[in-house]
Amino acid sequence: MLYSDKVFDHFSNPRNVGEIEDADGVGEVGNAKCGDIMKMYIKVDAGIITDVKFKTFGCGAAVATSSMATELIKGKSIDDALKLTNKAVVEALDGLPAVKLHCSVLAEQAIKSALADYYTRQGIDPLPIVGEIKECDHCHE
Amino acid sequence: MEKRFVYADNAATTKVSKEVLDAMYPYFTEEYGNASSIYGLGRNSKKAIEASREKVAKAIGAEPSEIYFTSCGSESDNWAIRGTCQRLKAKGKNHIITSVFEHHAILHTCQALEKEGYEVTYLPVSPLGFVNPDDVKNAIREDTAIVSIMYSNNEIGTIQPIAEIGAVCREKGVIFHTDAVQAVGNVEIDVKAQNIDLLSLSGHKIHAQKGIGAIYVRKGLALPNLIFGGAQERSKRAGTENVPAIVGLGTAIEIATADIKSKNEKVTAMRNRLIDGILQLPRTRLNGDREKRLAGNCNISIEGVEGESLLLMLDMNGICASSGSACTSGSLDPSHVLLALGLKHEVAHGSLRLSISAETTDEDIDYILEVVPNIVNRLRDMSPLWEHIIKGESFN
Repeated sequence: MLYSDKVFDHFSNPRNVGEIEDADGVGEVGNAKCGDIMKMYIKVDAGIITDVKFKTFGCGAAVATSSMATELIKGKSIDDALKLTNKAVVEALDGLPAVKLHCSVLAEQAIKSALADYYTRQGIDPLPIVGEIKECDHCHE
Repeated sequence: MEKRFVYADNAATTKVSKEVLDAMYPYFTEEYGNASSIYGLGRNSKKAIEASREKVAKAIGAEPSEIYFTSCGSESDNWAIRGTCQRLKAKGKNHIITSVFEHHAILHTCQALEKEGYEVTYLPVSPLGFVNPDDVKNAIREDTAIVSIMYSNNEIGTIQPIAEIGAVCREKGVIFHTDAVQAVGNVEIDVKAQNIDLLSLSGHKIHAQKGIGAIYVRKGLALPNLIFGGAQERSKRAGTENVPAIVGLGTAIEIATADIKSKNEKVTAMRNRLIDGILQLPRTRLNGDREKRLAGNCNISIEGVEGESLLLMLDMNGICASSGSACTSGSLDPSHVLLALGLKHEVAHGSLRLSISAETTDEDIDYILEVVPNIVNRLRDMSPLWEHIIKGESFN
């Protein structure tokens, strides 16, 4: 298993780890059986994600993708965050081994899940905006 | 404590010892003859091979003529199963008995044979990690060709009731093979007393190099070739002999079996300290029986953390270890061994195997016991699963 230097950097010094007590949206994806759970907390002000924190149970790639994903959306608009793809997270980490790509999917879903919670709390149906949050395919094999 | 390098993955492989390397060295530089050659240089290689064969035989209570050198434990396993099945096919025997927690060299060979029409019974193991000899007895049928049960498990180290299983097989007239790759040098083996017909062993687990193994084939037992070619190994295993590696294996096995008892006393004391120390962490469990396990094996599940993250952090602190998590197995499922014990997936994902050797020191153990709790606490702090566990919440 060969990880890039960036993956190692984000694994050994993960950015934005923790919780936000008065978060505006919280999302949790993945499951213990598969060995990956990501929980994402966001703080939103006037359509901008002003703060984001995460907690992750998972492998090195899961921790690194969570960390990178939070960096990529912090300070960005909700619209930008919704456009973040797992591919962009992988690229920002200088790539991931093929068997670890599903971890990056989880990071994208964790953000969407937190945003869906944000909209739900606002009394807005998240489905048309955020879309369906699908579970990772391999969990259903 | 100052950062240090601690190799605690001896079940994966071991360092070639100085004695072994010294014994091998002349066979690279001076005595490089082909053992099949007629001249003195070749005869010296041949003599070295035969001297090594005697050492391997002695280590397991066999005759030198019952030992064949192979390239690795996996080759020995493949040869034992395939050879026996092929020989007994004409007699209508197309049933294999093995266990669910064998090494993949056995499991994948059996799966390949299933595709070729063989039927395989995979015996369960107890929650403490043992195959029951009665299960073996009850599974044996008229058409059973071979029983293959590992001597001791590579992940959890549990030592199987080999003599009992051997007795059952002998009574029923079924061939008994054991993969003893992890056991040789750590457990007293006597192939005659234990009624073992075929046994696989490997060099790199006992401080010899990678790429050398051997198989014991009980006298009188025919085992069709797996590899055809020249007349090496009495025409049973073709390929120019790897003389330095064979010499290394002979030296290593002689050292490893010289005084197993006192070596194990020392290693077990360190191992127990490791187990007791790590089990002080909440929500941890020892995998496999505490007593009937390899002296150097410690396998513990740590809830709320994932194995690969644990290994990466240990590595950053200079500690080499292994895990049964899916992420380290290269597949999406955690270790088949831990699942066979009845562990839940999420508990199996957080397993840590530390395998120490006689070269491990008390200072190494102190260091591991200082580093592991810090890492576990750090990972648990950022683990949503741990949050669910301590709150007593249910989770997916």
